[in-house]
Amino acid sequence: MSTVTIEAAQTRVPERTTETTAVEDAPPGSFVITLIIRRYIPELDDEPRWEDFDVRVLPTDRILDALHKIKWEQDGSLTFRRSCAHGICGSDAMRINGRNRLACKTLIKDLDPSKPIYVEALKGLPLEKDLVVDMEPFFEAYRQVQPFLIASSAPPARRERTQSPVARERFDDTTKCILCAACTSSCPVFWTDGQYFGPAAIVNAHRFIFDDRDEASQVRLDILNDKEGVWRCRTTFNCSEACPRGIEITKAIQEVKQALLTGKAS
Amino acid sequence: MSLKSTQLPTPTPSGSRTLNPTSLRSRRFSLPRRPAGTVYRGREGMWSWVLHRITGVGIYFFLLVHLLDTALIRVSPEAYNAVINTYKNPIMGLGELALVAAIGFHGLNGLRIILIDFWNVGTRNHRLMFYIVIALWVVLLLGFAPRHLMHVFGGGA
Repeated sequence: MSTVTIEAAQTRVPERTTETTAVEDAPPGSFVITLIIRRYIPELDDEPRWEDFDVRVLPTDRILDALHKIKWEQDGSLTFRRSCAHGICGSDAMRINGRNRLACKTLIKDLDPSKPIYVEALKGLPLEKDLVVDMEPFFEAYRQVQPFLIASSAPPARRERTQSPVARERFDDTTKCILCAACTSSCPVFWTDGQYFGPAAIVNAHRFIFDDRDEASQVRLDILNDKEGVWRCRTTFNCSEACPRGIEITKAIQEVKQALLTGKAS
Repeated sequence: MSLKSTQLPTPTPSGSRTLNPTSLRSRRFSLPRRPAGTVYRGREGMWSWVLHRITGVGIYFFLLVHLLDTALIRVSPEAYNAVINTYKNPIMGLGELALVAAIGFHGLNGLRIILIDFWNVGTRNHRLMFYIVIALWVVLLLGFAPRHLMHVFGGGA
């Protein structure tokens, strides 16, 4: 009985008319852009190579939509990371026209569609495949700054630890980090010196150093008071400009430097 | 001509990798030559740092030579004069202009970096401060370059 119903339903599906197909393939206001993507398939390529793709997009589309179209309709081997696709998970950071951006937050209309758009993997981290890099060095530095609340006392019974709005405001900016690595892989120091903690690790240390509920500020300051710590920062501001969350990263790093100089985190 | 992952050949131990789909396609744009990727398009902050580093290394090598030629005065005044006289040619004259330009930029940008480090709103105004540095540097060179070049190429005087 059920099989008959399914068959009946299938026969009732209307054929796509040529008109709807045309509108779907080329919606009004759409245009063709060229993406030049730096490809690298370790099984095939000795070295990365550039490959160009023509994609029909709307101005309100994002680079991620264009990458999806390529992967789904043109070349399934194109490899990139993305999870939430809405600027929260931090998976799809990549170099778009030479700058680190989230593919899911970069609109086509904000770029020049008359020129080809260059898409590359993040710089300074080991390239694994196409737009995918090994994030382990990045997360290793992140883990080293102990990015979690360290408090010896238990919170009040059946309540959370309270904090004044002023005290919360002190580190508000650095709570926004989504660990996409756009900042760390935009840093010229990190490119040449992989030992440098990098902006993201310092941002996440800053988030706890200036939290008055935390008791291990000095521990984190000692970790960052190192040749490869905050003193390696050369204030190029690439990190602040790359951050998709608009965190004033260089300012945060300077605040950690100041805390080390004055000996107080407040 | 797109390549699917299911079509991947099994990796061969030898270096016989001839499959390169990019080279088989016709395209409207010439692809970039550098396989190492494009130059990162940093803004004022990055380029001021690059210039600071280049001028800094340049000044270091000048100081090295400068210490050596100044030390010649301990050998003999004649040796010192002989070496200094070899500097009096147009090429060294242009070198002196480059030296003043390098030291001017390095010094002014150094003040900017100090302000970024110690002025609490320095990080928010770094771009403005960079353009002030460039403006002061241009003024400095406009004052120095014409007079210096007149000395170098004016002949005698």
